[in-house]
Amino acid sequence: MNSRERILSAVKQNKPELQPLPETTRFQSDYPDLVAKFSEILRFIGGTPVLVADYAEAETYIRQTYSDLPSVVSKVPALQHLATTEWDVLDPHQLETVDLAIIQGVFGVAENSAIWVPEERGGHRVLPFICQHLVLLLNTADLVPNMHDAYERLNISESGFGVFIAGPSKTADIEQALVIGAHGARSLSVVLLQNS
Amino acid sequence: MENPFGSKPATSNMMNHSEAAEVFTEDVDRTTWHDKTLWFVREKRDKAVFQIPEWEALREAGSRIKHNALSNLDEYLLEFEQNAIKNGVKIHWAADGHEHNEIVLQILKETGATQMVKSKSMLTEECHLNDFLMEKGVDVVDTDLGERVVQLAGEPPSHIVMPCIHKKKEEIGELFHEHLGTEKGASDPKYLAEAARQHLREKFLTRRAALTGVNFAIAETGGFVVCTNEGNADMGAHLADVHIASMGIEKIIPKAHHLGVFLRLLARSATGQPITTYSSHFHRPRQGQTMHIIIVDNGRTTQLGRPDFRNSLKCIRCGACMNTCPVYRRSGGHSYHNAVAGPIGSILAPNLDMRKNADLPFASTLCGSCSNVCPVKIDIHDQLYKWRQVLVAEGYVDSTKKQGMKLMASVLSSPKLFRFSGKAGRTMMRLLPYSVSNPLNPWFKQREMPEPPKESFREWYVNRETKK
Repeated sequence: MNSRERILSAVKQNKPELQPLPETTRFQSDYPDLVAKFSEILRFIGGTPVLVADYAEAETYIRQTYSDLPSVVSKVPALQHLATTEWDVLDPHQLETVDLAIIQGVFGVAENSAIWVPEERGGHRVLPFICQHLVLLLNTADLVPNMHDAYERLNISESGFGVFIAGPSKTADIEQALVIGAHGARSLSVVLLQNS
Repeated sequence: MENPFGSKPATSNMMNHSEAAEVFTEDVDRTTWHDKTLWFVREKRDKAVFQIPEWEALREAGSRIKHNALSNLDEYLLEFEQNAIKNGVKIHWAADGHEHNEIVLQILKETGATQMVKSKSMLTEECHLNDFLMEKGVDVVDTDLGERVVQLAGEPPSHIVMPCIHKKKEEIGELFHEHLGTEKGASDPKYLAEAARQHLREKFLTRRAALTGVNFAIAETGGFVVCTNEGNADMGAHLADVHIASMGIEKIIPKAHHLGVFLRLLARSATGQPITTYSSHFHRPRQGQTMHIIIVDNGRTTQLGRPDFRNSLKCIRCGACMNTCPVYRRSGGHSYHNAVAGPIGSILAPNLDMRKNADLPFASTLCGSCSNVCPVKIDIHDQLYKWRQVLVAEGYVDSTKKQGMKLMASVLSSPKLFRFSGKAGRTMMRLLPYSVSNPLNPWFKQREMPEPPKESFREWYVNRETKK
């Protein structure tokens, strides 16, 4: 018998009597204002929420805030021209010099300000991690109250890889002192579009 | 009277928990600091939890999903395997730690890789993967900041979520000065974290193999979720040619939407965050990449067969039971001499080796705080109590403890003897204080003995009745 068979037969022999799944696994969160809740949590975890009317205002904000960054990748069709280069690379290692990545998120979660970013949105899986700074765009209409609603909306196996991103990368491993900017992006702005 | 709670070293060359804790608590300031740091995390957990009105219902849901998963685990494992294979992932099965390590080595050989980056995986700590690979000439770099710190120090992690919580920033500064060339005497966390970022970025960019742990494996889709704050798991996995994910069989959850329950519970319980920065969902390798999942037993099926202890397999590794535990906070993770420390480690460890870990279920006050904060409602303190019964019955507890317990049982079960002993004790403490306040009495260590009361509660009660 190989290990696979040994493990499976030991589980079969030792497992308890079948316990049913709980009937309730989805709970409601009643936030009167999803944008307000999302923004409050994002600030709390070290990110910057920016409420704008449309892509034109988003562009103004990004140009003003990140004017000093020489190497910019934009994966948002409406903001394609903000990119400083095409960055049509095959090898993800070549993205190591990216200063700013601009990506459109699919939807956001108010309770924890997590944003779903499947690999298709970034081109390369590593892009939202390897860039020094990250801007995620999100339509305010695409906010859901909590994680139960998020998985209701999401088919997780549709993409080979997808990630919920909540805030910039961080660590508190040294004496519980919070340091923003661990191995992923050093900062995160979420540009919330009201009319898109 | 012999100390009823003392015990001899479990093995001659290893300190047991109380001996190691004694060394730890010699430094009073450090003990206080460690205690406060962990309690601060417990308080952050409370703040986050109090914002979720349905928290208790959420715990109940998490608990019951895990009960279902364990009770149908073989079917779910098969479903997971089948779906993962369809997704283009290679599945391996390992009966124990050694087989797991051999599989990793074999994959590295096939890839032609002699270097690997690794994100946090308590399973690989349990299997002693790093030592094994080093012996075989493979260079392994731990990429979680806390794990890198303990790796450079040549120590195991002392906490499953905050691996170097026992270290002061000055000590980390000294380690980084020695290994990463930071300035001598520098101890600013921001400066040190930046140095680690630069140091590890070079590793991410040059390593062809990456190993990550698994937080949740979804039977329904064959995918798995990895949760980190630093982004190190993703930097490693998305840049490497080969991604190896190691998981214990108990990581299985049945459905994708169950992630909604567990991701709401995990980070709030662990650090008081609403969610970790990154919750990465892996289903298929990226183009040109190979993805492997190693499913490991290493004693878990045995634990599944112990009705009193199988619920420990529900654990989602948040560490809340450690942060709240008065014994963990004041004895440090290394005192537990096991990959997983604290209350949950103390109910997992005896399953792996009763003789070696017989001391751990006694490293608890049985106050129950661990069970109260556990996000999946494991009856941790009940299991600690039950392990004590098993370990004594199986003869793994040394005879002085056994004799002491017997004496105590006979005193406590006879009201007459109990009254006499109490009176004798109080008189002794009054007339001959040195008989208890001396170094031979372990209860006197690091604390003053209380003033003995003049009368017992019973005496006070009886006198009060007669005075009326």
